[in-house]
Amino acid sequence: MTATAGQPLLTVDHLTMRFGGLVAIDDVSFVARPREITAIIGPNGAGKTTVFNCLTGFYKATEGMLTLCRGTRSYLLERMEGHDIASHAGIARTFQNIRLFANMSVLENLLVAQHRVLMAASVGTIAGMFGLPSYRHAERAAIDKARQWLDRVNLTHRADEDAGNLPYGDQRRLEIARAMCSGPALLCLDEPAAGLNPRETHQLNELITGIRDDFGIGILLIEHDMSVVMQISDHVVVLDYGRKISDGTPAEVRADPAVIRAYLGEEEDEGPQSQASAGA
Amino acid sequence: MSSTAYTVGRDQAFPWRSALIECAITAFIVLMLAITMVGIHLETVLGGLAIATRFADVGVAVVFAFIGRLALVAMREGHPLPALIGATAAAVLGVFVPPIDIVAAILQALGAEAPTPTPVLQVMQVAGGAILAVRAAWLVWRQRGSAGRRAERGRSLDAFAAGMRGWTTLIGPIAIVFAIALPFIFDNRSRIDLATLVLTYIMLAWGLNIIVGLAGLLDLGYVAFYAVGAYSYALLGTHFGWSFWICLPLAGVLASSAGLILGFPVLRLRGDYFAIVTLGFGEIIRVILLNWFEFTGGPDGISGIARPSFFGLAEFDRSPPEGVTAFHELFGLEYNGIHRVIFLYYLILVLALFVNFVSMRVRRLPIGRAWEALREDDIACQSLGINRRNIKLAAFMFSAGFGGVAGSFFATRQGFISPESFQFIESAIILAIVVLGGMGSQAGIVLAAVLMIGMPEIFRDLEQYRMLAFGALMVVIMVWRPRGLLSHRDPSVRLHPPPPRQLWPFTRLPKPSAAPAEKAAGQ
Repeated sequence: MTATAGQPLLTVDHLTMRFGGLVAIDDVSFVARPREITAIIGPNGAGKTTVFNCLTGFYKATEGMLTLCRGTRSYLLERMEGHDIASHAGIARTFQNIRLFANMSVLENLLVAQHRVLMAASVGTIAGMFGLPSYRHAERAAIDKARQWLDRVNLTHRADEDAGNLPYGDQRRLEIARAMCSGPALLCLDEPAAGLNPRETHQLNELITGIRDDFGIGILLIEHDMSVVMQISDHVVVLDYGRKISDGTPAEVRADPAVIRAYLGEEEDEGPQSQASAGA
Repeated sequence: MSSTAYTVGRDQAFPWRSALIECAITAFIVLMLAITMVGIHLETVLGGLAIATRFADVGVAVVFAFIGRLALVAMREGHPLPALIGATAAAVLGVFVPPIDIVAAILQALGAEAPTPTPVLQVMQVAGGAILAVRAAWLVWRQRGSAGRRAERGRSLDAFAAGMRGWTTLIGPIAIVFAIALPFIFDNRSRIDLATLVLTYIMLAWGLNIIVGLAGLLDLGYVAFYAVGAYSYALLGTHFGWSFWICLPLAGVLASSAGLILGFPVLRLRGDYFAIVTLGFGEIIRVILLNWFEFTGGPDGISGIARPSFFGLAEFDRSPPEGVTAFHELFGLEYNGIHRVIFLYYLILVLALFVNFVSMRVRRLPIGRAWEALREDDIACQSLGINRRNIKLAAFMFSAGFGGVAGSFFATRQGFISPESFQFIESAIILAIVVLGGMGSQAGIVLAAVLMIGMPEIFRDLEQYRMLAFGALMVVIMVWRPRGLLSHRDPSVRLHPPPPRQLWPFTRLPKPSAAPAEKAAGQ
């Protein structure tokens, strides 16, 4: 555990997700704090993305409690609808396979992310339809915000191009910028470094740590690339077959025998025991 | 039609052998198809039916297929010039000499009986030749640069569409001016009626475009809202004597409510399932109209629907009832039945432009962007906090409302409506206009509506071949522009000023390798 023992931003309590007889997540608990990068790692099929899908409302958790504390309010995520989780609780996410609005321009992607603010300003589309000053002001503010994010991810010169025409690495960064434009308290990144070259990975690391330091939000990160995980995360949660097998600082996790076993395979004599535990 | 990439250099020798085999196969397929479809037909003769043959036509069709294929092969192999010359010659020849006359002359020389002439072969020769000639000319034009350019065909067509888009900002006002002047250019009742019909479909397609083009939901039951609007006015007008001008917005509101009610059950569906359910709803509305005899008049429909007054000021009758002004008296004109026709034309023009204005404006608002985002990726939408249910319902309501207004216009124009007018085929035609025009493209819809509605009416003389030509046209459009005629999309908001408008849509493309750099420099 890191030294900062502030109030947790996200508390995952005994989360279990079953699909029929398959237990994708089995009684996982962890916390994520503001101003911290919490990495969730584990071999393929460990249930990392399922955790994200439960958090963001794409799946309804079978058991467990998911609490997000934002300021003085706390939200019980498992009882909320997916779009409310994003707009009220403030959880933004990116996807393993990039989900940009490919045929819309880069700038439009960032404006769609600010839908809630702009929609409120357009007052049931009427204020927008007549171009009232209040709406025009809100739109200008939204474009300014988008512009700041474009500057941050170095895409300002391509703002008017279709998002689908950007190179892969730019699309990854744009997706993060889009998630940030929705003004989240917790940013969930699902394998942001997948498919990036070392230089792009380095830029990505700087972008993510920059977001943590400048905006003070919590970041939840699923990643396979250990150079990313070990460099930037403050706290690592390791899942294997849907269970949490380790939890701590990167250094602690790296030294944990359970983690090494999960990644590198186990000794011969431990085979029967692990089968028994998998069956339980 | 060949869809092979045009990449072969022209310095290679022409592969006569494979080309001739290919042409022979094509001709054989045409022979097999034509021999039953064209070669044999039933004729009514005294005392029953008899089988008549048109083998001369089949022969001509086979020869056409062979030659046409040869031209296509020549273009593909990098010899568009001979194809251009040949196709142009064929088209010009076809204008002056019907191909069947040549066949007849040959047959007569051989001492056989002359076949009955069929005009469609001549049309095929002229149209086919012209299409091939245009195609070949295009290739010749592209070839003037470097030979490798032809791989760029797809991109260049897109650039053309983008160029057209720049052009349409100019052509838009011109088209509107033309539309306003149209009743005075064609002082001809049937032409104005046709223009009114085309405009009705343009309005419907612009309305449907909100659901299909922007929100990306394939609605196959749009005609239901059209019917709701039409019956709203017909029932309110005939039973309560409400004026058209009150019922017009009311029909929009009622159709919008219908959209809301029908929208709810389909919210969770997408893709094919959505399409099937909306198709079902369209049919349900029609079946209700057909069977609820006491309310809707069933298959008899509703007749005697009041015609619109001149904004409640005057009527378009020759001798209106006591105390009502006649339009021609109000303006001191001679009575003429065409006044009402022209008035209806302007009415639908204004309504259609209103729909266009509103949907273009909404596209730039958060809700419009959310519709487009929904079309692109609805899962990402949810993750950004967009309430998909409300957004979809809003799209339904907007779209249905416009359909309803168009429906009440239809009712007042016809004076009689019945469920016959709201068949599935209407939905299909409106949808075809949207898809052919290029989803989301307002100008493309106008073009497609003129092609889809105007052309079949103009080519009525072709009789049953009309639908054949119509089908062929759709196939050609789908082969050449699978995303629609003008499918270019402009961002709804820009950070940088747009690239300079070009009025000449035929841009020379930069070399492929240099393209990204130039693009970036152009920003």
